[in-house]
Amino acid sequence: MDSAAIAEHIPRLRRYARALAGDSHRADDLVQDTLERALAKFHLWRHGSDLRAWMFSIMHNVFINQLKARREFALDEASEASLEAPPQSDPLQLRDLDAALRCLPAEQREVLLLVGLEQLSYAEASQALDVPIGTVMSRLSRGRERLRVLMSGTGLAEANSATNLKVVK
Amino acid sequence: MSNIIETDLHAYADGQLDDARRLQVEAHLAHDPAAAESVHVWREQNEALRALYNPVLNEPVPQRLLALRASRRRWPSYALAAGAMGLSFALGWMAQSYRTDPIVEAAALPRRAAVAYAVYAPEVRHPVEVGADQQEHLVKWLSKRLGSELKAPVLTQQGFDLVGGRLLPGGKGPVAQFMYQDARGQRITLYVSLRDAEPRDTAFRFSQEEKVSVFYWIDGKLGYALSGEMDRASLLAVATVVYRQINP
Repeated sequence: MDSAAIAEHIPRLRRYARALAGDSHRADDLVQDTLERALAKFHLWRHGSDLRAWMFSIMHNVFINQLKARREFALDEASEASLEAPPQSDPLQLRDLDAALRCLPAEQREVLLLVGLEQLSYAEASQALDVPIGTVMSRLSRGRERLRVLMSGTGLAEANSATNLKVVK
Repeated sequence: MSNIIETDLHAYADGQLDDARRLQVEAHLAHDPAAAESVHVWREQNEALRALYNPVLNEPVPQRLLALRASRRRWPSYALAAGAMGLSFALGWMAQSYRTDPIVEAAALPRRAAVAYAVYAPEVRHPVEVGADQQEHLVKWLSKRLGSELKAPVLTQQGFDLVGGRLLPGGKGPVAQFMYQDARGQRITLYVSLRDAEPRDTAFRFSQEEKVSVFYWIDGKLGYALSGEMDRASLLAVATVVYRQINP
């Protein structure tokens, strides 16, 4: 049932990949590479651990490698300011959500999607992305704020002034 | 006031807090409208993401993902063979099972349609609210209630006459059900429901809901399901005609 267990995750991997990569062809390339790696490395998976989180971690590595290959991964916070909001139209339309996601740095998009779309726990997301949980939270915070601003069409100045995790009260 | 930090607000929005902490956050939100607004926005973002991308779960998996090819020479051939066999077995099984995943919005369509069929198709005296004798009124009425231009397909060549239709409650608002009957009294229904997700088309899907066979598909913002207690091939013939008439 090894590969059966993997195959069971294909629809979810495709959903995540579509949101991550945008274009459906590119997304399925991502899924295909992920499946190949998962099958080849299945003996490395620890029985009893969460297979889904493991699959997402493989997809994360494949995704990052693809971005690097396309030289799109100069995505630290400093580069965010140069990103521009998509043309403003009906701000709350779903199709704009897809466009807005493209405007997020890949690392924020990953966290936002793993948590918001795939409903991974923060611990699982941290495991899948191989970063500390605090990093997950700060990326989530910045990603959500940025997405909010993009979707409300108020531009990025506000997004960039958003501060990191802070005590609310 | 317990010290609630932004991380708690995110965890609250994502449903990742235990009960005790959740109650503390709720108490906090009651006095902090800005935080409450943030939580509201984040939840809306989550919902919008799911509405936009959940339909991918229901798309047929492309062939290239089903058959990870033996031409990839990275693996020893025995592993490949085992992997490929296991995978194709698994996919056959999965094709049956993943569509009934409760989180898949569209997968609920055939089930709801089959239930509506099972309730109304056996009805002798009141199978429909508005009869086929008032077809124009029927179609106008249902179109108005769904807020979308509907058509009642003509299936006389397939041996089915329109009996009429009715309005039903659905998860996302009103649903239209058209009922047809053949000379032997066998009935089929066309269930048309509004979707609130991104308009996206899908191919035909088949689902067997106990005795009821259902072909369903999504066309823009409407989901269609044709249900009947008949075999898959016979129903497919009718479903194809329905599909063509709706998408000329």
